[in-house]
Amino acid sequence: MSTEEVKETASVLSVHDDSIKVTEVLKEGDTLTFIIVSQKLSGTGEYHVDRTYEDFEWLQQHLFSQGDVPGIQGVIFPPLPAKPQVNASPRSIKQLGFLALGECQPYCKALETFLQQVAAHSILSKNKAVEVFLTSSDPPGRQKVKKNIFNRLSQAVEEMRKEGHKDVDEFFQNERDHNLILTGCTKTAAEKFLDVVATEQKIAVACGHFSTALHLCVEPGEDPDKQAFSRVCVKLSEVFESIKKNMTSVAENNVNTLGLGLDLESRYQEAEREMLFRRTCKLVELENAQRNVEKAKPVKKAAMEEVKKAAETEFEHTSGVAKQEIARFQGARVEMLQQALVGWCEKQLLTAKESADQFNQHLEVFRGMA
Amino acid sequence: ALTTGNMAASSDRNPPPFPTAEESEPGLCDMADADSDEGEDIFVSNVGSRFGDTSNKLTCVFRFALSQSQKACIFFISQLTCIQEEEAKDSFDVDVAVTNPEKVGDGMNAYVAYKVSTRTSLPMFRSKVFSVRRRFSDFLGLYEKLSVKQSLHGCIIPLPPEKSVVGMTKVKVGMDDPSSVEFVERRRAALERYLQRVVSHPSLLQDPDVREFLEREDLPRAVNTQALSGAGFLKMINKASDAVNKMTIKMNESDTWFEDKFQEVENEEQQLRKLHVVVDSLVIHRKELCGNTAVFAKSLAMLGNSEDNTALSRALSQLAEVEDKMEQLHQEQAASDFFIFAELLGDYIRLLGAVRGCFDQRMRAWQRWQEAQSTLQKKREAEAKLLWANKPDKLQQAKEEITEWEARVTQYERDFDRIGMTVRKEVLRFEKEKAKDFKSQIIKYLEAMLQSQQRLIKFWEAFLPEAKAIA
Repeated sequence: MSTEEVKETASVLSVHDDSIKVTEVLKEGDTLTFIIVSQKLSGTGEYHVDRTYEDFEWLQQHLFSQGDVPGIQGVIFPPLPAKPQVNASPRSIKQLGFLALGECQPYCKALETFLQQVAAHSILSKNKAVEVFLTSSDPPGRQKVKKNIFNRLSQAVEEMRKEGHKDVDEFFQNERDHNLILTGCTKTAAEKFLDVVATEQKIAVACGHFSTALHLCVEPGEDPDKQAFSRVCVKLSEVFESIKKNMTSVAENNVNTLGLGLDLESRYQEAEREMLFRRTCKLVELENAQRNVEKAKPVKKAAMEEVKKAAETEFEHTSGVAKQEIARFQGARVEMLQQALVGWCEKQLLTAKESADQFNQHLEVFRGMA
Repeated sequence: ALTTGNMAASSDRNPPPFPTAEESEPGLCDMADADSDEGEDIFVSNVGSRFGDTSNKLTCVFRFALSQSQKACIFFISQLTCIQEEEAKDSFDVDVAVTNPEKVGDGMNAYVAYKVSTRTSLPMFRSKVFSVRRRFSDFLGLYEKLSVKQSLHGCIIPLPPEKSVVGMTKVKVGMDDPSSVEFVERRRAALERYLQRVVSHPSLLQDPDVREFLEREDLPRAVNTQALSGAGFLKMINKASDAVNKMTIKMNESDTWFEDKFQEVENEEQQLRKLHVVVDSLVIHRKELCGNTAVFAKSLAMLGNSEDNTALSRALSQLAEVEDKMEQLHQEQAASDFFIFAELLGDYIRLLGAVRGCFDQRMRAWQRWQEAQSTLQKKREAEAKLLWANKPDKLQQAKEEITEWEARVTQYERDFDRIGMTVRKEVLRFEKEKAKDFKSQIIKYLEAMLQSQQRLIKFWEAFLPEAKAIA
């Protein structure tokens, strides 16, 4: 290949997308730094880079601002988790949901998934920013990127009305209706599951207290009946220590499998919703342009026609990409949920079996007691 | 002697013995009283622990309290009481059960009557199997009668459950709502444990008041039960202990056993109180988990319904059902925590208070003896004075009084020794029973937890192929 051709082709990612791992997170005061490792495509070797959350945002901004890529607005962008905080406020914790739990593993996993999905995306992976993010030993630039086209920050009343705008395509109308319902349901399910996990953790803590308090009942002395009671207390303390461990495992399993799954599904549904909204906006633009052509005075007609043609093209590109994205998304999410459910079930089954064994052992001990 | 009780299936018994895990009757707990004893076996297996098993009859209580939509009540804790504990060393001469709570009357004068059934082989009872109806104040009255008997001083007399104005007011208003159901069941179980402890005490069983309580058709209503809530009793004990501490003549114990034991008892009461607090919070969290699981199950069902992909939809709906079943498991675990541990700890906290009461009775016996000695001394001094004053008629009276008081001193000394021996015996017996009682309750708890886990394993094993079949 000649050097000119290399310059014209888009960037090709030089790592295996499924090899990308967020291996650890370092805390320095209030800053969190994530270590990202990925395997080189060619030959052996790895890239090790350290990135902060701002770097992730930089990457996302670059992906959003690819205005020159046709149909980019039809892409369902892999969702980036919300910003983590070292001493998180209650609101931040609520926003992060499952990702706020544990010692950062759920959060790291979510970042990892984000990167893997970006790297695996046929359109997005071609953006140079992805290569830079994953391979450059220097932190990517922190300069403000030019204003991106995805500012949906202000939910003005007008914007909300656009969301309900009737579609011209039945496929898309169905998809929009369905997405709306599913987004709500998934979010609710994730929230309620989080409540379950929180209560499980409380139970674990209470069991720990009980276990500790039982030790206070142990009395010295040679009185055989007193010793009998002391033995009972010690053994019961061990029982509750087991129960505590079991509960903790159950809660962890919940978070690491189904919890993460529901969280990702929820954020992805939101991402699809945003894409569909962008397309709807394009539709509104197109319909406005069409009306303008009809209303235009002969002097302006040609110009309006140009505008209409541009809008039409953009809408068609967007819809085309959107259809592909939706098909891919529907397949991917089912697979993702299946993995989450299977993984969850297997883990809980294992924990339950271990727990049953432990109870059996404790039971033997008590039955054998004089 | 009788063989152990066996919970046969009987819809007459209230709460009814429970369907097995395979049945899934949606039946509500039937609160109506059916008085027929025909073929009915309502006695809890209570062989082994002479302080009586803590009856773990779990009822619709938690089910109502937490999820009205629960269909099947699987009260496997009660199934555990069906599992006979074959500690066949001591077969029981007397078996008692408290069942069939029924509201009598209306409005603020309403009360709950319980069926008290006895099964016995002892000749001192009028028949082998019989039952009477008693109300809560009757149980309090029994305690009141026993606690003032001189002959029983030094004995650890079991305590009835505490009065509860709040609880009873709810019941007077209506017996159907979840908190009333829970209150009545809790009280019924506590009354049963109370009676079981009474009849397993060899001295108490011989007492005519106990017999009358179990047998007599119409029991005169107990009066003066105002002071006799459990809390009232403990207040009494604590007040008495303070009085003892303020005694002018301090007892000089040659044997430190009593002092040491008393200290141990006080310490233990403190520890158990702490444990009780922790268990209470554990129960609350478990109940919370039930609620959260039910809500989560609903959200899964909705998600499953909204899902287009058939396999995923089916898996989610199945999962919703699994979560529903888990809610039930959580309920049972909550009940297990509660009825096994919380009530056990509560019982023993109160029993330890009763133990302190015995020590107090011994102190008062000692006091009485000392005061009598002091009085005797005064009488002797008076006699000496009269000898000098030469008043023959008064002298005669003085001599008579001296004889009287000499007899009293001897009697009170004997009483004091007797009570001391009784207290020692009772405390030793109490400690034996306590270790056994706790051990047997813990075994029940572990068996319940084990069953829980095994059912959980079944749920997961059933769901796994569904999850795998999604894609």
